[in-house]
Amino acid sequence: MLDKALMNDRLIFDKKTQSFLAILTAVALLVSLLNTFVPEGHILHCSTFTVTLLGKYLCYALLAVSVDLVWGYLGILSLGHGAFFALGGYAMGMYLMRQIGDRGVYGDPLLPDFMVFLNWKELPWFWHGFDMFWFASLMVILVPGLLAFVFGWMAFRSRVTGVYLSIITQALTYALQQAFFRNEMGFGGNNGLTDFKEIMGFDLQSDATRLGLFLCTALALGLGYMACRYIVCSKLGRVAVAVRDAESRTRFIGYRVDKVKLWIFTFSAILAGIAGALYVPQVGIINPGEFNPINSIEIVIWVAVGGRATLYGAVVGAILINYAKSTFTGWLPDAWLFALGGIFVFVTLYLPKGVTGFLNRKQEQLA
Amino acid sequence: MPLLPALRSAILLFIFSIFFIGQASAAPVADETEFKQLLNGFTQKSFAAKANTAQQVATSGHPKAKQVLEAMAESRLYFRKSDQLVVFADKDGRSYVLTDIFSNETLGTFSRREVSKVKTNNSLRAKLGKMVAEIELKHPDASVRLAAVEAMIPKLKEDDADLFGSLIKEEQDESVKKALQFGIYIGYLDSSKKERVLNAIEALDGELEPIVRNKLTSLANNSDDKDIKKAAKKSLKGIESKISIFSNLETIYFGISLGSILILAAIGLAITFGVMGVINMAHGELIMLGAYTTYLIQQAMPNHTTASIFLAIPAAFCVSGMVGIAIERGVIRFLYGRPLETLLATFGISLILQQLVRTVISPQNRTVETPAFMSGSIDINPIFALTYNRLYIISFCILVFIALFFILKRTRLGLQVRAVSQNRSMAKAMGVRSDWVDAMTFGLGSGVAGIAGVALSQITNVGPNMGQSYIIDSFMVVVFGGVGNLWGTLVAGLSLGVANKVLEPMAGAVLAKIMVLVFIILFIQKRPRGLFPQKGRAAEA
Amino acid sequence: MSFKKLLTGTIAGLTLSTGAMAADDTIKVGVLHSLSGTMAISETTLKDTMLMLIDEQNKKGGVLGKKLEAVVVDPASDWPLFAEKARELIEKEKVSSVFGCWTSVSRKSVLPVFEELDSLLFYPVQYEGEESSKNVFYTGAAPNQQAVPAVDYLMNDLGVERWVLAGTDYVYPRTTNKILEAYLKSKGVAEKDIMINYTPFGHSDWQSIVSDIKKFGAAGKKTAVVSTINGDANVPFYKELGNQGISAQDIPVVAFSVGEEELSGIDTKPLVGHLAAWNYFMSVEAEENYSFIDAWHAFIKDKKRVTNDPMEAHYIGFNMWVKAVEKAGTTDPAAVQEAIIGVSVPNLTGGFATMMPNHHITKPVLIGEIQADGQFEVVSQTPGTVVGDAWSDFLPGSKDILADWRKPLSCGNYNVKTSKCSGQNY
Repeated sequence: MLDKALMNDRLIFDKKTQSFLAILTAVALLVSLLNTFVPEGHILHCSTFTVTLLGKYLCYALLAVSVDLVWGYLGILSLGHGAFFALGGYAMGMYLMRQIGDRGVYGDPLLPDFMVFLNWKELPWFWHGFDMFWFASLMVILVPGLLAFVFGWMAFRSRVTGVYLSIITQALTYALQQAFFRNEMGFGGNNGLTDFKEIMGFDLQSDATRLGLFLCTALALGLGYMACRYIVCSKLGRVAVAVRDAESRTRFIGYRVDKVKLWIFTFSAILAGIAGALYVPQVGIINPGEFNPINSIEIVIWVAVGGRATLYGAVVGAILINYAKSTFTGWLPDAWLFALGGIFVFVTLYLPKGVTGFLNRKQEQLA
Repeated sequence: MPLLPALRSAILLFIFSIFFIGQASAAPVADETEFKQLLNGFTQKSFAAKANTAQQVATSGHPKAKQVLEAMAESRLYFRKSDQLVVFADKDGRSYVLTDIFSNETLGTFSRREVSKVKTNNSLRAKLGKMVAEIELKHPDASVRLAAVEAMIPKLKEDDADLFGSLIKEEQDESVKKALQFGIYIGYLDSSKKERVLNAIEALDGELEPIVRNKLTSLANNSDDKDIKKAAKKSLKGIESKISIFSNLETIYFGISLGSILILAAIGLAITFGVMGVINMAHGELIMLGAYTTYLIQQAMPNHTTASIFLAIPAAFCVSGMVGIAIERGVIRFLYGRPLETLLATFGISLILQQLVRTVISPQNRTVETPAFMSGSIDINPIFALTYNRLYIISFCILVFIALFFILKRTRLGLQVRAVSQNRSMAKAMGVRSDWVDAMTFGLGSGVAGIAGVALSQITNVGPNMGQSYIIDSFMVVVFGGVGNLWGTLVAGLSLGVANKVLEPMAGAVLAKIMVLVFIILFIQKRPRGLFPQKGRAAEA
Repeated sequence: MSFKKLLTGTIAGLTLSTGAMAADDTIKVGVLHSLSGTMAISETTLKDTMLMLIDEQNKKGGVLGKKLEAVVVDPASDWPLFAEKARELIEKEKVSSVFGCWTSVSRKSVLPVFEELDSLLFYPVQYEGEESSKNVFYTGAAPNQQAVPAVDYLMNDLGVERWVLAGTDYVYPRTTNKILEAYLKSKGVAEKDIMINYTPFGHSDWQSIVSDIKKFGAAGKKTAVVSTINGDANVPFYKELGNQGISAQDIPVVAFSVGEEELSGIDTKPLVGHLAAWNYFMSVEAEENYSFIDAWHAFIKDKKRVTNDPMEAHYIGFNMWVKAVEKAGTTDPAAVQEAIIGVSVPNLTGGFATMMPNHHITKPVLIGEIQADGQFEVVSQTPGTVVGDAWSDFLPGSKDILADWRKPLSCGNYNVKTSKCSGQNY
């Protein structure tokens, strides 16, 4: 029984992964069909609003997968993944801002509105290049990746672990939040970046673009999931699990624990950045609120609710909690925080493996 | 406007005359009917007319004049709509109790519709304050005279200095004389006689009163006379260097007081997180509960603000402590050894507690009154003052620290806590009831958070979100200081507070905060276990 | 495959709920205010105000013979969620207009949605201006309806010569301070007599800044603080002023973001005499105001609840919308947009508010002093009403820009020098 499970675990395309990809593909296709071919007003029509909403959930899901990779498989509880997400988002936001061109409020061909407003005469150096999509995409990967690399390089080398690491990741995102709030930073302060018009020449308000973005997100989630799966099943992944369970022992056996941690952490930050980049054009705004430490804690909680160290659990958790949030806050705003808080306590106490873990167990019991 | 100065000097002349005559014979006390007539001027709507009336009241010399002006400044002066009678009024619920100005007799209770307030505005109140001070210059009690003189000095005008000049001749009390002389010298700075100005500059050397500095600055820049210019510049230099010393002292004082707030907020966490290894995200909410306890106690005893604060300290300790114990028994004890999961569970609890307060009390911020003994400041000199509430918070922080230190080092509970935190199974084997110790420790840490809430209610918002604004700072302090070490928390809190305040004037509040955060991140890389790391086996767990 | 079921269930649920259709016998009105999160403190009151107004209108027989139906959603103080909920209201719920938002960033977040779907938003909070959208009606004050008259009052009535412009670091204080700085300089105030200071959100340790203000105010000239400090940071700020012994007579503080609701969380006794500038105070003596307060107390079932300026803005905005719908005979946004310009309704201070072609309204400006009971006492009032100015005359970038949504111009951002209409999204 145990051996079978282990064997199964080692396959990249294990049963769970197969079904996950199948569902993801099915949902993406179904949504596209229902959105495009079913006429509006029909009961089965999937409105563009729903498409964008789903796209947002999938971004969250990708973010949750990236957190699950470091927390579930590496044992690093990052309370700062929201920062990487937001940085990716800002990189994309800057590209979208530059695309506005002279259609801004003040009609300045070069400077975004908030800079004209702050009396800036020229574009700050770090805004250069963002008018090109390839450059912005590169930055989506580079900025969070580099930050994670530098941060991780210092932290893992000096063996900052456990709670200390969690707290300084929190300090990181908190410091970034404060920094981005400053208007002098050149990222639009509290209002952030908004009022986007188009992406790569496609009108952001058109249904087709929105559907396209949704499909891109689904694709990114699928690829990101597979990449994580690949890492988890590789030798690196096995070592990572060893680090999670017994760090000192792994080090004494001769593995370079800090390197294992560094690479996985950096990769995870990049995934979070990509999720952020896909998120921004769909919701239409990025502002420093995304750096809020509370957001980062919430991401961890999605993973905990879905089930740690499963990857698909993270996806389920992210979608479940966010769907519940969208739905319940409308008619029971007061009860929502009670429910949310209650869920966290309940899950950590009674469902240490999350919802999916619980369902799996039930299934096994039935089988 | 040009009329006013003329009017003023005329009035002042009038005062002098009253004063001088007053020394010889009895002051011409305006008779009651005339004074009453005068008071009727307050029923007018225009502020200028009211100011005019007030001026006449002030100069009337009537014994009730001061009381009337003071009542007016405190918005206690009303008039009855039926007969335009000007009276004192005190609010009693939704109605007003009226008191006759002359007989001090109660005229009965009237509704909002039957009375009208003698409305004042800012500038009128400022004028009233000055009039009262001028009346008080003649008060029989020397300390009242001294206060009146001191109140006039920061905004001293030329004619005031002349007034002082005439008063000093009659003055018997030494300290009042000194204050008057000081005022006179300030007046001399504006004099056209070179001798006088030079004398004054010499006499005022090293005085820190801002008015002195302002006048010297304008002399140093604008005076036509070389000697005066030189003397003023020299004197200014001395003042500036003194000021810079005191402003450094002030920065350090601010830093220490910020630090002591950080320590108060963090020290409960130092116990639950440091000693027990539990990451309690609901710590901020325990602080909030302490603050709300203060609020509720104050609501229960509305007229005893001071007593309510002292009562709130033990009450907040109990409330937060009880909630802490409940959290420990209900949730955390199932999660020992899984520190990261306690983080999630307690975050859930923090959401529940926040929403509980919102639902049960109100989503709005609540008012917690500051007792009288906590407001105001000790004025070391005119540019350096220690604010009382900060002083109390600093000393309160020291007291709490000493008490906790004592509990952990000198009591049986403390011994057991340390034993359990060092080696749980060994402690159990020695007969320590580790369950009980856990609950008590957590209760203690939570209770201290509650006490911190009482202190914070005096300086910031009491609202459902208040906990969240302190939780991150608290974690930084504990981690920076080194987990499991009270001294670490003390040193960390103080140094972060001072660093923040030293950086703030240079970089601005936002950058200062960011720099401190970045510093902590870098510091942890260098010393992964904080300032005072725990040594021995326990450290590796 | 339980998890597959879960996922498909979720999707099915989503798709189904989107299919709901709007009923035809009611007119739906969207209410977009945060009911949870940090902004809930302020915005929940506005949601209740809207429910009350809609309730009262229904008692009068509704609009166009139909009952009004409020659709309340909770954007949870989360800016992207504002855009999402706005879309939900317009696309899914098919509301005829939306009343909502508080912060500038929330308005900026929903703006593209309203322009894309061509619906109507009534925005009830004082804001920084520099905006005029075809689809938004700004019923709160623009800077010239609040900040500039307040400064005039300080300068002329209190003789203030030295100015501290203190604010939270975000766009509203930045703009207001820029406008005020330009305005003060145009009045001959020297650069060295103006001190500008920005602090982060929720700033709680004001010792150094208050001490700086004290030093700045000790230079011999009458000094005042113009505060655009936001929400939670105000309590510790005022407390610190009291502690360091700065009274309203020494250095008065005039605030643009402190109203009755904010004061209800502060011990106001040490603050007596500090000022606020608004277009409405609860203490205003006017018949409309009395009945509004009575209605509010009856609706909320709490005699202690206060009313404030943004509530009045909703009152005006809602009545304007009702009147415009009746004038146009339809709730169609395009028709209402056209009909509403020029509509006049009573405000709560005994006068009338008119919707101007730039989508801003006319307002009287009141300066009030804080009283010990948490209310304001009006000490100054503009003689007539002031027209909201979308584009400030004191900013170099916008002094040539005007907004006029009447035909044939129909432009919110028209540069009179270049004769160009820019920055439009439709």
